[in-house]
Order: sequence, then C-alpha cells, then structure tokens
Amino acid sequence: MGNIINTDMNLKRVATRVAYGNALADFGEKYNFFVLDADLSGSTQTAIFGKKYPDRFINCGIAEGNMISVAAGIAASGVTAFASSFAMFACGRAFEQIRNSVAYPRLNVKICASHAGVTVGEDGATHQFCEDIALMRSVPNMVVVNPADATEAYFAIEAILNYDGPVYMRLGRFAVPVMFDKSNYTFELGKGVVLADGNDVAIFASGIMNSPALEAREILAAEGIDAAVINIHTLKPIDKEIIIKYAEKTKRIVTAEEHSVIGGLGSAVAEITSEFCPTKMARVGIEDTFGTSGKAEHLLDYFNLNAAGIVKKVKSIL
Amino acid sequence: MEREKLLCLDEAAAKIRLLSLEAVFNAESGHPGGSLSIAEIIAYLYFEKMNVDPKNPQKSDRDRLVLSKGHTCPALYSALAIKGFFPEEEIKTFRQLGSRLQGHPDMNKLPGVDMTTGSLGQGISAACGMALKALKSGYNYKVFAIIGDGESQEGQVWEAAMFAAHYKLKNLIAFLDFNHLQIDGDVRDVMNPTPLDEKFAAFGWFVQVIDGHNLEEIDKAVNAAYSSEKPSIIICNTVKGKGVSFMENKADWHGKAPKKDENEIAVAELEAAYKRAMEVRKNG
Repeated sequence: MGNIINTDMNLKRVATRVAYGNALADFGEKYNFFVLDADLSGSTQTAIFGKKYPDRFINCGIAEGNMISVAAGIAASGVTAFASSFAMFACGRAFEQIRNSVAYPRLNVKICASHAGVTVGEDGATHQFCEDIALMRSVPNMVVVNPADATEAYFAIEAILNYDGPVYMRLGRFAVPVMFDKSNYTFELGKGVVLADGNDVAIFASGIMNSPALEAREILAAEGIDAAVINIHTLKPIDKEIIIKYAEKTKRIVTAEEHSVIGGLGSAVAEITSEFCPTKMARVGIEDTFGTSGKAEHLLDYFNLNAAGIVKKVKSIL
Repeated sequence: MEREKLLCLDEAAAKIRLLSLEAVFNAESGHPGGSLSIAEIIAYLYFEKMNVDPKNPQKSDRDRLVLSKGHTCPALYSALAIKGFFPEEEIKTFRQLGSRLQGHPDMNKLPGVDMTTGSLGQGISAACGMALKALKSGYNYKVFAIIGDGESQEGQVWEAAMFAAHYKLKNLIAFLDFNHLQIDGDVRDVMNPTPLDEKFAAFGWFVQVIDGHNLEEIDKAVNAAYSSEKPSIIICNTVKGKGVSFMENKADWHGKAPKKDENEIAVAELEAAYKRAMEVRKNG
C-alpha cells in the first residue's frame, strides 16, 4: 500500500527478468547465496551475478533436474540457492525434483523461472509455459510469487531472500511497463495490494496483467463503471482477506493472468470465494490451449490478455 | 585395517541386517533385499569412517551420507540407531503412522539423516550440491552417496556424473550397490546399465570395483578415493538379500516383507550370524 504508480506507463519498459538479474548482483554482497543456471544465464540474466561473483555462480549445463537437486544439496548444507532457467524447464521438466528434493524437505531453494507465459513470443508453444503456477501452487511448502513489474520483481527478491523456505518466482522475457517507483516501493510477501479502489467490480490481476488491468479500469470508468484493481503478486499463500473483502464489496470479480485459466490466479480466487463468499466471476487467461509463435505484444492481443479482454469479461458479469 | 576393527565392523553389519529385517517385518512392507546388500557399506561408513556426532547431528563440518537409493533406509536407520541418534526400539515404528522412520528417509524428521531421498536419481545430485558447497566454503568434510544399479537407469544419475566430474568434486565418494537385481528382474534384462565401470570412467570419475561385502576391500577403496582428485565411484559387487538364504539373489525380495514363518527362518539365520560375529570379536 502507498506505492506510487507511474502515471505514464509508456515512459519505461523493463522485463522482470532484468530486475531479477540486477537484484541478484546487488544483493550478492549483503547476503550469502549461490546462483545456479542451466545454460540460459544470458536470458535469465543470472550472468550478471555470475560475472560479479563467479565463485558463487554454478552453470549446470542443460540438465535442469540435476540443477534443482544440486540446489537442494547446497541448501541442505545451509546456504540459500537460486536456480534459474526458462519456466518450462525449471518448473515443468524438473517438477518432480522440485517436489521431492526441494519442497518436501522445505529447503531454501528459490526457483526463479523466466520466460514464463506466452510472452516468450517467437519460440512458440514448446517454450510458452502457462501451467507453472498451477503446478507450483499445488505443492505443499511452496511459496509462489508473480511480480507485476521490474520494481516489484527487484524487491520481491530481497523478500524471498529473507524468507526461510522454498519459493517459486515467475519472471518474464517481455519488457513490460514499470508501474512502481523504486524510491518508495515496499513489498510484503503474501499481501494483495489495492492499486485502485472501486465499487462495481474487483479486478484481481497477477504479474504483467496488472498494467492492462489499470488500463481497463480507465476504459470502464469512462463508461461509468467503477472498478477496483488488486495486485495479487503472491499466489501462495494468497491474501484470502483481501479477496473476501472485495468480493463482498463489489459482488463481482474478474481475474487476469498470463497463465492458464486452470490452476492459476482464477482458480485460487475461485477456491476462496466459492467456499467463503460465492461471487459472480469471470476469468481472463489462457483458455486451456497451447501458445503459438508470434511477437509478444501480438500474442497478448491474440489471447485477449489486454485491457479490451478484461473490459469484455467485466461487462459479461455486470 | 586392524583385525579388531574389522571384527567390530563385521558385528555391526550383522546387527544392521538383523534390525533391518525386524523393521521390514514389523512394518509388513519395505525393501529387505537392497538393505541387506548394503550392510557392510553402511557399517563401514558409520562405525569406521564418517565424522558424525549423535549428540550434535547438525554440526556443520560433519561428513554426510546421501542414501540415494532411499528405499533401503532400513539399513541406514539401523546404523543410526546403533550409533545412538535415536533409541533402537524405535526401529519397530518404521513405516507406521506418526513414526520418524518414514518409508523413505526424511531429513527433517529423523536426526542423522542428511538428505531426504526416495525418488531415484535425485540423491546423487544433492550429494553433488553438498560436495560443491563444501569445496567452495573451505570445508574438508566428505560427502558419501549410495546409488543402486537399477537407479543408474535414471538419466539424472548421468547428469550428476557429468556435473561431479566437471566441478572436480574430489570430496564426493559414491558407492554403487551392484546387486544385479531390480524389481522386474536382472538389471541387464530390464534395461542394461552396464558396463557401469567404463561409463563412470568415461564420465571422468575415479572408478574402483570391489566385493561390497568385504570390509577390507571397502576400506582400501575408500582410502584410495580420499587421495583421488576426481569424484569417486566404488562399484560394489553385492548379493541382494545377503544373509537370508531364501532372499539371496531373488528380485522378488526387492520390496516385500517376509511372512511370519519366513521371518522366523530369516531371524534365526541373521541372529546366528550376529552371534557368531560377536563371539569371533570377543575371542579376537
């Protein structure tokens, strides 16, 4: 709360993975941790840390399962380990290593997976992982974070460094608007953040869908619809209170995520509302389908992951 | 190795076998075959080589063991109990609801367990992580791992093999329990992983092949591994179900508990072996 939202979002666009790379390099002095990568350190941006702290950087080659279990071994020896690759491989391919070597023993491994969602772009469906949050949310002991912009990603890294236990953090390839001002930003793990209040509908957004959610709010406002926008950066543990509060206040909910509508934010919110405060809702996300090649910005439009898509869903439940 | 020490280890191995069988029989489930085949390796590690302290199980400079073939934890639990990490009576709770002795090792539940394992292929990678961390932090401790021959069919074992050689993990010493059998039969019939020695050598490891039930050979191999600049693999030719006549070399005894009448025979054989070992030690 109290975080300043940049008014002109077109001014600056930065990918969350870039913030991650910078954060690792910046926090490398204050905190003792290892960083592991699987031959994608240039893409995941862990190379920045690797250059600055070569002794604590471990390239594991293209062997993600081994990387996750090695990270577990390092953490079991008392030091935090970050492990990065594309979400598809860090989380998808190595799911079982995450479950059994990391989450079950509750080790201090932070899986920071970049290139998540369809905004990987041209690489296409094999690399566009839209099921990661569903998988990670289902694993006991796992904390799941999906930052909205570069500022949030940067501060989230320090937050998870100070959190004792396994974390999955979703990062993107695509440069997205820097919404938050670094000078006064604070990040609280597990807390939903009201970006804009409203009475007619609550838009819960996660990750890069926060900025289109704010755009959608403007469009709706022009038509006399008063929408609240709430940033859910922590998918697990999710901020149950804020979801119930806004469900009761606005009686209508729309979720927005660059992820399958199965198992992600939409599901997480529905799990809470259906049990505690049944609320009319609609979900913006990938509709149980695979991605396809294209430029990231074109893909967001193609899959209706934009302001217009959110507006449409809002109107469908008014 | 001194004869006195050797006889002590023989006795410890015999007791590990007896307790392992007791654990599996009481649980009415578990993996006796591979527990019995690693008894000497486990006895050697916990009663001769490893720097561990039951009063301070988490001490940072301790040697570690990752039982990558986690299903054979009855042998590990038996050694930890004899060593004093927890009361021996607790062996009876193995696999029961509420027990610290889980079906596969849980580092957070049971003192002395260095890594949670059970899903094959992952333990050897975790051991690599521990070994690398030790080298980078200036610790001199050793990281031991025990993997199975069937387990070597997991691709992750070879990812770890590449990793260990690449990062020159000379403080990593792995044993491969080559008992030739996995659930579905002979490893060479199910999915032939051999020649394991040549494969590990090609991956850049220091390879030794020994009789895994011969404590002097284990001792010699481990000491040679200590002076290697490469990660070490000690391929141990073993007998699955070793010590129980009707279990020996039978894949069927990979993962089931003996029935009451079978257990009586097995206990009689293992008890006799244990008593013999004790007497031999006492008589020098």
